[in-house]
Amino acid sequence: MHPVVKLIAQRLSLGLLLLLAVSVLIFVGTEMLPGDVAQAILGQSATETALRNLREEMGLNQPAITRYFQWLGGILQGDLGTALSNKKDIATEIGARLGNTLFLAFWAAAISVPLAIGLGLLAVRYRNRWPDKLISGVTLATISLPEFVAGYILMYLLTVKFRIFSPISTIYDSMSFAQKLNAIALPVMVLVLVVLAHMMRMTRAAILNVMQSAYIETAELKGLRPLTIIARHAFPNAIAPVVNVVMLNLAYLVVGVVVVEVVFVYPGMGQYLVDHVTKRDVPVVQACGLIFAAVYIGLNIFADVISILANPRLRHPK
Amino acid sequence: MRDMADKPLLDIRDLKIEATVYPPGEKPKTMTLVHGVSLTVEKGKVLGLIGESGAGKSTIGLSSMAYGRGGVRITGGEIFVNGRDILKGGAQGLRELRGKEVTYVSQSAAASFNPAKRLMEQVIEASLVHGLMSKSEAEARAVGLFRKLGLPSPETFGDRYPHQVSGGQLQRAMTAMALCPKPDLVVFDEPTTALDVTTQIDVLMAIKEAIRDTGVAALYITHDLAVVAQVSDDIMVLRHGRLVEWGTTDQIINKPREDYTRALVSVASHEHAEKPSAGNPVLKVEAVTARYRSVPIDVLKNVSVEIEPGHTLAVVGESGSGKSTLARAITGLLPPMRGQMIFNGRKLSNDLAGRTKEDLRELQMIYQMADVAMNPRQTVATIIGRPLEFYFGLKGSERDRKVQELLDQIEMGKGFADRYPAELSGGQKQRVCIARSLAARPKLIICDEVTSALDPLVAEGILNLLLDLQKQEKVAYLFITHDLATVRAIADSIAVMYKGQVVRYGAKSDVLAPPFDDYTDLLLSSVPELRLGWLEEVIAHRKMESAGN
Amino acid sequence: MSRIPLSALIGLFMTGAFFFTAIFAQWLAPYGLNEAVGQVWENPFWSSEPSEYLLGTDNIGRDLLSRMIYGCQITILLATASSAVAFLTGSILGFTAAVVGGWVDQALSRFVDLFMSLPSLILALVILSVLNVTLPVLILVMGLLDSTRVYRLARAVAVDIVVMDYVEAARLRGEGTKWIIFREILPNALSPLVAELGLRFIFAVLFISTLSFLGLGVQPPLADWGGMVKENKDGLVYGISAALVPAIAIAVLAISVNLVADWVLNRTTSLKGGRGA
Repeated sequence: MHPVVKLIAQRLSLGLLLLLAVSVLIFVGTEMLPGDVAQAILGQSATETALRNLREEMGLNQPAITRYFQWLGGILQGDLGTALSNKKDIATEIGARLGNTLFLAFWAAAISVPLAIGLGLLAVRYRNRWPDKLISGVTLATISLPEFVAGYILMYLLTVKFRIFSPISTIYDSMSFAQKLNAIALPVMVLVLVVLAHMMRMTRAAILNVMQSAYIETAELKGLRPLTIIARHAFPNAIAPVVNVVMLNLAYLVVGVVVVEVVFVYPGMGQYLVDHVTKRDVPVVQACGLIFAAVYIGLNIFADVISILANPRLRHPK
Repeated sequence: MRDMADKPLLDIRDLKIEATVYPPGEKPKTMTLVHGVSLTVEKGKVLGLIGESGAGKSTIGLSSMAYGRGGVRITGGEIFVNGRDILKGGAQGLRELRGKEVTYVSQSAAASFNPAKRLMEQVIEASLVHGLMSKSEAEARAVGLFRKLGLPSPETFGDRYPHQVSGGQLQRAMTAMALCPKPDLVVFDEPTTALDVTTQIDVLMAIKEAIRDTGVAALYITHDLAVVAQVSDDIMVLRHGRLVEWGTTDQIINKPREDYTRALVSVASHEHAEKPSAGNPVLKVEAVTARYRSVPIDVLKNVSVEIEPGHTLAVVGESGSGKSTLARAITGLLPPMRGQMIFNGRKLSNDLAGRTKEDLRELQMIYQMADVAMNPRQTVATIIGRPLEFYFGLKGSERDRKVQELLDQIEMGKGFADRYPAELSGGQKQRVCIARSLAARPKLIICDEVTSALDPLVAEGILNLLLDLQKQEKVAYLFITHDLATVRAIADSIAVMYKGQVVRYGAKSDVLAPPFDDYTDLLLSSVPELRLGWLEEVIAHRKMESAGN
Repeated sequence: MSRIPLSALIGLFMTGAFFFTAIFAQWLAPYGLNEAVGQVWENPFWSSEPSEYLLGTDNIGRDLLSRMIYGCQITILLATASSAVAFLTGSILGFTAAVVGGWVDQALSRFVDLFMSLPSLILALVILSVLNVTLPVLILVMGLLDSTRVYRLARAVAVDIVVMDYVEAARLRGEGTKWIIFREILPNALSPLVAELGLRFIFAVLFISTLSFLGLGVQPPLADWGGMVKENKDGLVYGISAALVPAIAIAVLAISVNLVADWVLNRTTSLKGGRGA
């Protein structure tokens, strides 16, 4: 087998293994920590009967290992269980919301990725001069902003002061595409803002690392034009590190989405998760946690695969 | 003398070069690297630039392409190539110059090739970008150069990626890349320094023949006088960014005028007289075989050597010969699988953990890189004082007095005890390491390439110090090195290692006298000698031998 | 000795001021934490009606300045305590893994990999959904989750140092593990770890604020800045500044510490005898 195929197969199976381990972690985290889940849900004033009924309903009387495999088996067949709080099927609930969240995350990524790479290139091009210093100064400030702070400051400026957008970003199926885009403009801006700084700083470092390689000097000493050097010699070697940076930050976006959805009352996975954490609705929390983890791990595996494919030593073994 | 009507190819006048460094958290500092150096290179001639690190030789070489690394910039003087001042040509003029009139071969070809592109594409790139020839012409020329430079299967060599060929081959491929666009001048920047000595001679010969056949002029930059003497017509000696001496190769190596040049020339020719036998060996290594945990290959195969008290055994070999592994085996860091070691007549535990404090004290080690052999957060007094405290329980003023004694012994005097390693020069660092091992009053010191990272004159000082200390302290050395000049200067007996085995072993006078085995012959004949015509003699000799077979 | 740059001075001054406020909150705050003193959402900024309270009042008429001062105490207390937990656990385990090596290193590192394969906010949400959220629980959950990052750094730094010739020299001399960890490794690992401490503190501030904003952090009657944003967020659409004040305070604290950390990070390589020298 070609070593690249073998490595990719290894990486993919590692990802699956990791996901399995994460499912155990989530299960242990929610069902085996000290404290009685039923008590936690119903509060201190709950009657003994109510507690017993709830334990029965949640299957808490069965051994943990049985419950874990029942849970895992259900997930593998697309059954995420039913919510404790409203008895609705979790898979159906998540179906609609996942689409909304991906819609939001997609636009945030579509704007921030090219912007971050562009600004990263600009900072490298004018290294140690004012554009670089300006960019690094501004990003140092935005790195220190939590998502909800950036969210409220932008919301205040753009909805209260200047009244450009609506502060609530609810979207419905009946809305037209343009209406939807308008509705998510503000949350997308916040996500771009928080993810851009990290992505741009790391892109800058990755490109700088490539540009300082000896083979770039060789290209310069061949009398090549700066653009030719970047296109022919820097680009092929920068793909892997930049893809890595982008994926790492898209994974970070997964976290940002949770908070931003709450800020803008956006009907997505994040809000759904936070709502049900407050309600101590364990099955929903487990399902959402697992889906977020799957996306996160998936992005990281994708970055690994790209690095493998972009590595000439692996593509052309001795 | 020079025909005045014919302008020189390269004419550098009163060159000044400065660099700005940005130490983190401090104000940027500007320092002058080159203080007004002038030189000329005629068409088809080779000028060697020689000097220690910091002499400015690479900086001057790159200035002929108006290029400065990092914060380096040309701040004064003029540089004419083919009669044109290249500092006034602007960006367009520079692109016309670089890769067309002047090309470059770096020390590390492995880093200088783009890992993502095939060799052929990179070799012909400059020729195509400057419109010098068509793609098929360029490829044909590249294949011709590959053949001339002795690369294997020249027709298909260019299809490979850089990581698929060896270091010596890459160095030759880079030479082909530099020669492909038919430049007027090639800058060779230490092109053979990173290579093993038996590979170096092949690359050196390939470069020399290529220069001769193409009639190209060259700047040949190196720190090794014997190497530069083989390829250049003239030699310029530089020190601290200033010209020391400039003359024909013959004049520089046979009739040097300046003290500094004389010192450089004489460094290569020290000879240490073999000491008479001194009785029972301090260390006997008996049939030691060792391998690293993860690799199922014996890195040491059945190695047996002995060292007499107060004597020096030099272990010579190229990279991968197992010479440093031998040191690890003796120190117990890599316990041998088979074989044993007798130290001071006692059996030495193979494993470090099983050794007595007395064994540890009497067997000390000095490393190649003195910077990383000392804890950067400890002062010289702590570094030297720790063995005194650890082995002899010395404390307070008694310890301080002994530290100063040791500092005096390594000729460093007062005022160093409170310094940190970062505040010492390369030679001083190595001296402190020597003092640290001496503090334990050892019977044997293992010296692992202790002079390889140092400039020749500094290295000479260290070797002399080691010889003096041996006389005073009667300590034995196991001296690991790849450099035969060092061996001649210090050894009493020699073990030549090749692929994990000792292929030749005995007193120095015996090992270095014929008849030789094949490998020792190859190794000895590959070491550049400081005389004109040496390279031609060796090559002619080897051709004759291979024709005879 | 180089001079301290202006940005770091500002950062140091601001950070100092925040810590001073946190320590002396009880004496600095003009009113009690939960003392209702005025109208709901009195807004001294951008409004024609003046308020006798410097920063106005919150959603149930409590003095916002007093609440901000007490909030500063809670925020900094939680962030400091959880970064201390993260640091102690992470660096001790990281050093142990690097020096001992072998299966101890493997087991610890794979376990940490598992935790780092999940975003810590998601993991915190999952865990906090079943626990009664008290201050010690918050400190432990945040500190232990964050200790994975410190572990990685401490291990990486120590692994680099362990292979240095000077550590080998100490081993050959016959020094014990204690000397090697405390005299050879620790002094050289300290400066990158100290710089990391600043970054971990910022992360802890952002983390606790986010959790409280989501309603899963500090619970009433106590309050931190993130919680105050949550309480007052509905006022924002009416132009009330009460939500912005704590939001901006969080940002300013984070930026101040960042300025200091950035400077320390740059300095670590230039210290006398530093690892980069």
